[in-house]
Amino acid sequence: MKSIYMDHSATTPVDTRVFEAMIPYYTSEFGNASSVHSKGQTARKAVETGREQIAALLNANPREIIFTSGGTEADNQAIITYALNNSKKGKHLITSAIEHHAVLDSFHYLAGLGYDVTVLPVNHQGMVEPETLAGAIRPDTTLVSIMHANNEIGTVQPIEELAAISHKAGAVFHTDAVQTFGKIPIDVKKMGIDMLSASSHKLHGPKGIGCLYVRKGIRIKNLFHGGGQESKLRAGTENVPGIVGFGKAAEIAGQEMQQRAEHLNRLSQRLREGIVKSIPNTIVTGHPELRVPGSVSVCFEFVEGESILLMLDSYGIMASSGSACTSGALDPSHVLLAIGLPHEIAHGSLRLTLGKDNTQEDVDYVLEVLPRIIANLRRMSPLASKGGSY
Amino acid sequence: MYSKKVMEHFMNPRNVGELPDANGCGEVGNPVCGDIMHIEIKVEDDIIQDIKFKTFGCAAAIATSSMVTELVKGKTLAEAERITNRSVAEALDGLPPVKMHCSNLAADALHEAIKNYMEKHEQKANRQ
Ligand SMILES: Cc1ncc(COP(=O)(O)O)c(C=O)c1O
Ligand code: FES
Repeated sequence: MKSIYMDHSATTPVDTRVFEAMIPYYTSEFGNASSVHSKGQTARKAVETGREQIAALLNANPREIIFTSGGTEADNQAIITYALNNSKKGKHLITSAIEHHAVLDSFHYLAGLGYDVTVLPVNHQGMVEPETLAGAIRPDTTLVSIMHANNEIGTVQPIEELAAISHKAGAVFHTDAVQTFGKIPIDVKKMGIDMLSASSHKLHGPKGIGCLYVRKGIRIKNLFHGGGQESKLRAGTENVPGIVGFGKAAEIAGQEMQQRAEHLNRLSQRLREGIVKSIPNTIVTGHPELRVPGSVSVCFEFVEGESILLMLDSYGIMASSGSACTSGALDPSHVLLAIGLPHEIAHGSLRLTLGKDNTQEDVDYVLEVLPRIIANLRRMSPLASKGGSY
Repeated sequence: MYSKKVMEHFMNPRNVGELPDANGCGEVGNPVCGDIMHIEIKVEDDIIQDIKFKTFGCAAAIATSSMVTELVKGKTLAEAERITNRSVAEALDGLPPVKMHCSNLAADALHEAIKNYMEKHEQKANRQ
């Protein structure tokens, strides 16, 4: 049977070039980067090379990169420790309604500690409008955190403008760039980003490694206690093979960025247009142009997302959905609700996120199978036969 | 996550559609996640001769709908009334705990359809 993976926002396969670069650091070069002996020095050198590779892709100084266990930890550390460390300046914080839970739940935690958190709404295309931020920011706002691109609907935010508004009010700007790092150009200096979270497994690197960029002069703290690693900001023995893999993945992503983006944009356009043309009552979500390459996000009326996913899986196609039934929760994804979709439309959510190894053949296979699946499920749906009156 | 039987019923659901000569129908919505199930029955001599369903919901909702129609087809109304969400879930070799609420949908729609048939039937008897 075919095996077509179109869930690259969730995770990606490790590139064989990345994997090969990592192998020695598990076996022969297994040293602890804090050790004085030569094995330790080899590991240290590998860690610093990884740091340089990551920094280069952000136009940052390597000293501004802290390795973490992934995007979740980087988000937690940036938001929680910055807010705690700067509470004398103010206790007002701002984020958006479509953030990943690693961000939202960090703010929720701070709200529980007495911080005042404003959650900005987004427009129907999933965009945080700069005026909305300008209207919410206050003299006591210390931190603004708005993601670079959304993991469900793919909308890319106007980071440069949002950062400028934050700075004007004296606040620091953090962005969760887990979905964009290595996919679209990021220049922390030009864009005015003070802190940025990234994760290796979204760009064909290994899982369990990520980083936080912290601009020189921004004061954060360690989340973990127990060692002086990463300039005392991240205690614990460095994940050397992970860092090597993350660095290599970032280096390759930088070299191949344009070519990958063109490939992904071409495929996702073909997929999106093919879906809209062949399946009636389809709603395309997210911004029409300002999108992360390769992301296709739609809702099909009258059908439910989990059913679509399982039917697709039976044809070897792997995708995801923000339907309530897939989460086992009461509500569909907070992102779909935030862009103003009613529950019953959000119910039919399907997210297909392409990767560099997907082909036009894969896209055409999905376009052959998906209309049949939706038609089949609609034949079973009491809503479709009523002409869609809910 | 799902048993083989759930997947089998989900992929090949039995008795999907509508009954033009139905004499009872039930529709229920699931308050938990907003799903809807519709069942139509054709009853003759207290026996469910035919049954069809339509469901807007997850794989568990579709599979339990399919299973419930299979369980009661050809059965007496009294037998059908004894069907519970538990018996449907058991017939499917179990459901994940987060999906147990979906099985309510199928049992409830069936009971609604039976109730609807009874009400119509009584009205007819009263008129005669
Ligand atoms: C936008 C966003 N932020 C954060 C994360 C969490 O990253 P990680 O899996 O590395 O903890 C993810 C991925 O799941 C994501 O998509
Ligand atoms: S119908 Fe929504 S979880 Fe089953």
